[in-house]
Formats: sequence, C-alpha cells, structure tokens
Amino acid sequence: MIEKINFNLNGEQLELTVDINRLLIWVLRTDLELTGTKYGCGIDYCGACNVLVDNEAVRSCQTTIKEISNKNVVTIEGLSKNGKLSPLQKAFTDHNAMQCGYCTPGMILSAYSFLRKNPHPTIPEIINGMNDNLCRCGTHKRIVQAIHSAAGEMRGGK
Amino acid sequence: MKNQEYPDIDFKDIKDGLPIDRRDFLKTTGCGIFILFTVKDPSFFTHEKLIRQEQGLPSDFNAYLKIDEDGRVSCYTGKIEMGQGVITSLAQELADELDVSLDSVEMVMGDTDLCPYDRGTFGSMSTRFFGPVLRAAAAEGRSVLLEMASEKLNVPLKNLIVSNGVVFDKDNKKIKISYSELTKGQRIERHVNGNVEIKKPSVFKIMGKSETPRDAELKVTGKAKYAGDIQLPGMLYAKILRPPAHGAKLISADTSEAEKVEDIKVIKDGDLIAVLHKYPDVAEDALTKIKAKFDKSPSTLNDKNIFDHLLNAAPEGKVAASGGDLLKGEKKSDKIFEETYFDGYKAHAPIEPHTAVVNIQGNRVTVWASTQTPFPARTEVAKELNIPEENVHVKQIFVGGGFGGKTRNQQLTEAARLARLSGKPVQVAWSREEEFFYDSFRPAAVVKIKSGITNKGKLSLWDYSVYFAGGRGSEQFYNIPNHRTTIYGSGWGGEAHPFATGAWRAPANNTNTFARESQISIMADAAGIDQLEFRLQNLTDAKMKKVLKAAAEKFGWNSSKSKGKGCGIACGTDAGTSVATIAEVEVDKKTGDVKVNRVVAAQDMGLVINPEGAIIQMEGCITMGLGYALREDIHFNNGEILDTNFDTYEIPRFSWHPEIETVLVDSKDSAPQGGGEPAIITMGAVIANAIFDAIGARVFQLPMSPERVFEAIKNG
Repeated sequence: MIEKINFNLNGEQLELTVDINRLLIWVLRTDLELTGTKYGCGIDYCGACNVLVDNEAVRSCQTTIKEISNKNVVTIEGLSKNGKLSPLQKAFTDHNAMQCGYCTPGMILSAYSFLRKNPHPTIPEIINGMNDNLCRCGTHKRIVQAIHSAAGEMRGGK
Repeated sequence: MKNQEYPDIDFKDIKDGLPIDRRDFLKTTGCGIFILFTVKDPSFFTHEKLIRQEQGLPSDFNAYLKIDEDGRVSCYTGKIEMGQGVITSLAQELADELDVSLDSVEMVMGDTDLCPYDRGTFGSMSTRFFGPVLRAAAAEGRSVLLEMASEKLNVPLKNLIVSNGVVFDKDNKKIKISYSELTKGQRIERHVNGNVEIKKPSVFKIMGKSETPRDAELKVTGKAKYAGDIQLPGMLYAKILRPPAHGAKLISADTSEAEKVEDIKVIKDGDLIAVLHKYPDVAEDALTKIKAKFDKSPSTLNDKNIFDHLLNAAPEGKVAASGGDLLKGEKKSDKIFEETYFDGYKAHAPIEPHTAVVNIQGNRVTVWASTQTPFPARTEVAKELNIPEENVHVKQIFVGGGFGGKTRNQQLTEAARLARLSGKPVQVAWSREEEFFYDSFRPAAVVKIKSGITNKGKLSLWDYSVYFAGGRGSEQFYNIPNHRTTIYGSGWGGEAHPFATGAWRAPANNTNTFARESQISIMADAAGIDQLEFRLQNLTDAKMKKVLKAAAEKFGWNSSKSKGKGCGIACGTDAGTSVATIAEVEVDKKTGDVKVNRVVAAQDMGLVINPEGAIIQMEGCITMGLGYALREDIHFNNGEILDTNFDTYEIPRFSWHPEIETVLVDSKDSAPQGGGEPAIITMGAVIANAIFDAIGARVFQLPMSPERVFEAIKNG
C-alpha cells in the first residue's frame, strides 16, 4: 500500500511516498542510497542491518517503513557530526576493531544503543549486550575493548 | 611438494586471463617514475609467466609502483583487501623502503584496467611473496631518485640522505630537493634488477611498527563501498529461481503470477529463470510467486553416510612422503595406536554474501564483484559474454570477508548473463540461503593413522592416510624414523562430493592438524609423558620447539591447573609459519557443552611487517577456529542443504569468546611468512586434547558438538 510517511532520518525531517510494507533496509539502501546499512542474513540473526530507531538498535531487515512513521532513524552515516567521528567510531578505529568491515556499522549502532542503556558496563555485560551481532573475521575481542573505552568517553560527555 | 602444492592444484579449474598489453597499460599513466617488477616465486608465479608467454604477451612484470609528479606514490597490484590488512602492511613496506611518509602511499588493488595480472589473493601469499619484491622495487625507486638528486644538486651519492620524500645533503641540509620536484616532467621506466639492497630491520622506520588499518575510517562511517553498494542509473536487482537440492532439475515453472508485479522483468533463458526489479525486495517477493517443479536429486548422500561414501569413492592414494620401513617400525614399537578421524563440511559464511554488479555499455563491460580473484573473474565474464577480455574492467571494491570462498565467482557470471539478456545494469546479491547453497564448502574428510611409540616415549611408526582433505598440513615434522603419508583424492572438489567444495582458510591443514595432534596427544598420554615434553623430545625442528616453549611459558603450562578444567596443546605449520597453541576448557558433563576459557598461541612468522595486524589475524584465526572445532557442520540430505542460515549454522559469537593471548616470536632476520591462516589450524586438536584432559573422553570427529562430547563421555 503506497502512502506518505514522515520520519526523521539522520537529523533531517523526511517525507517519503512509498509502499509502507517494504522493509526499512531496502528503502534505506536503494531509495535513499544509504548503503552503510548492510544485508547479512535477512532473518534477524546477524545484526549487520542494525539502525537506530528512537535511539534503540533495531534490525532494519525486520522493520517495515510503516513502523518508523514519525520516529527518529539514525544510520551509520548519521552518527558522525560535521565530519567528526563519534566516540564509538573513534574507539573502533583506535582499537582496530574491524577487519573486513562489513559488520562494523551494525556493531557500532548496537553498541550505541547498548551504552545508552548501560553507560557503565562491565566486560561481561558488553559481551552479553553484543551477543546477537555476528562477525566472521573474529574481531570480537577488539570490539569489546573499543566499546569499553568508548563508554568512558561518552560518560565524559565528549 | 610444499612449494607447488596449493597454487597449482587448488586453482587449476580457474582459467587464466590475458594480461593487458603493456603499451596500453602504461600509455594512459602519464608522467612519473615507474618501477616495474615481477613476483617470480614460487613455482606458481613461474606458471603464470609461462601462460603469458604461450599467449604471446609480455611477461616481464606483474606489478608496478609509480612515483608521481606531485610526490604521491602508488602501488598497483592485482591483490585485494578483504579484511586481512595487506592494504596497510604492503603500504608500510613500500613507504619504508622508499623513505616516504605512509600517508603519501596509495594502494591501487584488484582493478583489472589499472593493475597488471594477478591470479588472486589466497594462500597467505601477499606478504610472503609479494612483499619482498615490492620492497626491492621501492628500493630501486629510491636509488633512481637518489641518482637524479645527485646530478641535480651536484652532491655525491654517498652524501645524500632521504627523509619523508626529500633528499638532503647530509653536510648541509639547506641543499635539498623533493621527490616530486625530481619527478616533474619526467617519464622514467625501470625494471627491478635486484641489485639495490633492501633495508636491514635495524633501520626500519615504518615496518615492524603497528599501524592502524588504513581503511578504518571508511569502515566505521559506512563509506567503504562493497559490491552491493554500487547503484547505477537504471540498474535492476535480479533474483534467480534456485533448485531445492543439488542435482534437482527444473521440470516446469509458471511465472504468470510473478509477471503481474508492477515493473517486473521476468527472464527465461534455458534453465535460468530470474525476476528483475529496481528494488531488490520487490524482486524477492516476485520470485516467491513463481510456481516451479523440480525433479528429485539423484544424490542419496547425507551428513551421516558421507564418510563411508568418501572412503569407497577414494581414488588410488599418492605417497607424499615416506622414510624408513613401516614393518620395521611396527616391530620396534612397544605400543601401536590405530585411530580414524572425521571432519564434516564447513561453510565460509562471510557476513557479505557473494555479490556482483555488471554494466554493459556498448563493447565495454564494467564489473564490481565481491571476489578474491579479480583477473580470473574478468576471464569468466568475457567468456560468458563472448567478448575479448580487454573489454571487461573489474573495479577495485571492498570485500566483506572471503576465507577462500570468494575465489569462486558464480554470482558474477549470473549477473553478466542477466545484464546481457535484460539490456540493463544488473546486480546479483545472493541471499544468505543462496550463500549456504552455493558455497564451495571445506570438504568432508577422513584421516586414518597407525602410529607407534617405544617404551621410552620415542615415536617409532607413522602411517598416515588422508582422504579428500588434501595434503596441506600433512607434512610430518616430528622425528619418526619409519613413516609414510598417503593422500587419497584432492581437497579441491570433484565428483565424490554432492556439491561444490574448495579452499577454506588454511585448506586441508585444519583437518590434518586435528588428526595429527590428537594422535600425538593420545600417544603422549599412553606413554605417561607430559604433552609438552613428549612433543619436545620428539622434535628437532628448532622453530617448532621455540613456539611450543613460547606458548607454554605465556600460558604457565607447568603450573597446577584448576579443578574441573582441562588443558590441551597442539602445534603445526602453515604457509611457512610455525604455530603452537594451548587452550583451557571446561566441559559440562551433563550436556557435553564445552566452554573454552583461554587460548594462548605463539607464532614464528619470520619478519613481521605490522605486528598489530599480525596479532589481529591470529585472534581472528583463533576465534573462527572455535566455530569449526565446536559447532560448524553442514547438514544435508539427498542434495538438499539443511542449514540455510545462521539459525542452525552457528558461527562463533561474543559469548563464546575465550581470553586470547598471542606471542609473536621475534624472528625479524628471517623472511616474512604467512599470517592470515596459520593460527587457525591448531584449534580442533587443541580443544580435543583439552577436552580429554578435562574429562578423559576423546572426540574423533569435528565439530565437537555437545552431542558428540556427551557420546564420548558415555562410551568412556
């Protein structure tokens, strides 16, 4: 069903005329050309397609456009402000927390959502909080370190 | 056989491409200093050269670097970056030898119009074989520039020093000239003649230091482009009708409902049926509207009967190595051990599935593909479209993990065919289900070992037979006077398997090291000798002893272990690198579930270019190795792949993660060896040995799933 949908995307108000049952991942990647959001499994298992909806990480492969009506959506492209990396992006870079980089956007947005709920995480809490994101290159150790160090930065309000 | 083994055997089914004509190649490249070089070692590259000569094409270089008029330095190589980090480490080698800053170096990789022919990125070969020649080329470039500077500044060569691309008179630093000034308006072409010495490790400024991956910022901002991120005007996303099982043939397909979808394009071309749309999700939806009938797959194989089948289907064995006399060895042995080890099929499962975009414009074809083999990919497209190879341009693009699986380019020929048939640019991006269906799995395999020891704990007999894994990693490095290694069938696919198989990170070696190191541990236990001690006393290989001792020291092997926990040890060699791994596990006896608490790995990989990058590869290997050791197994029945996604095919996740510690044994005066694969090979055996240490039960089949561990406990 084609309808007009309003939502905020990466800080800008947007009106789209679109089939509202289409999945967010494909509207982002094709209609809006925001290709940082990746397809990995299509069934809610890997987290490569994560985006933030009202600051909560959600699987864009499981979310229809209808569901984001009047909400705030942030993709990896919207996380850095004025060309400055966000603390999590900076921490992932500093800790070499990526190899092929394909799962990285989803990892960072999951971590963002997790740290908002738990700004003082222990290492086991980070592991638990990130457990539904898959990485095949085996960069887990560094991702955990990066999130732990970014948590401190973000608490400091930097 | 070591040197020739994997390149020639592994990829003989991939057709070789014609390199671009040299004049065409360099005429568009403008002014600057060009250093042309050839990667000649090992026999693999000689083979490549022969192919070019047969085809009447220049064979005198297969990579080059260019020092531009603006002082930028570019290295053009057919190698690709897929997360293994060579975009950083190769740049370090080049910058250091040339005495320029790392920032001024650009790596142009895997672009078939810009880069000379390269057969592909696999086998941990980039740093081993490409790196040294790149360094020689950079040293040559530096020497050319110094000669020019000497003339221009009128200062003798021996008085000149270089820093960050500026040449100085060491006695008067005001007398100086930059590389860019020297290069201006020049067009100089040099071949590496090998007469210029490369730097000694003691004077390295950039090599041997840890560098952040050069592509990190692109990857954390979502700007890094992968094949699926390419969108072209008018491009259609294609979804292809697939059989439910390997070997099942299409009987009929009713596409009438799919055709009703707005703006859909339905293509039927022989057995190829596809739907194309400007949105991938609409195409996917249309695909479900096709009513198709397939016949039954003729295959009667499944993940239970496959091992008997493989043993029956095995061709005659080839003896890869032998020494002494097996009968004598048997007589000399006080204890004989006969065991059989099994390994199931494993998926590569990169998070990015196979993807390709093909754009045909007149007689030019542009291609973006998730591939480890851009040049063979070009050949495949040219063949599919029946056009000359030089009309096909495969462009540089990020690859979201390969692990050997992206040496195959089926998705690309599909995209090429559909682009031709539809007259539009086409993207084929496999779904996760297609990725599991068409993956070239690590082959199921069987290893049979008959071995013996003396009462003194000396190895006296080794009769080793490997079926369908392949030979890599079966080479014996213990001192065993009477031994034979026989290889039955190759690890590179073929009729015996019900679907495609191929190279999977450290091909064959994971299976061979699992079997060998399990058997060694069984014998050490029977001899009543400590696992580390038993290995050391049966080894003369100094490099292997060194890594074993380094791992043991880091782990604290001799300290008493915690109750209820088990420790195992395993070692091996891959791609010229020696690795030793020690792990601590806990086993839940009620469920058979294994938790790996700690893994320590020590590695001697010769000269290390980017220590941090090398350690990341070790950590990646250890983590990925947990998967094949504990869970990963392709289930299948009569041609149908039963694991279609990550719900049943479990790959390692955060909660599995042990504490990982790595040691790079200092070896900077020896040649660099492979780093992307070695540390994964020991993961099966080290965990099997630790499980046995914890609960006294041994598992002979990978993966060591809770069911298998529980079964082993039950059988005592």
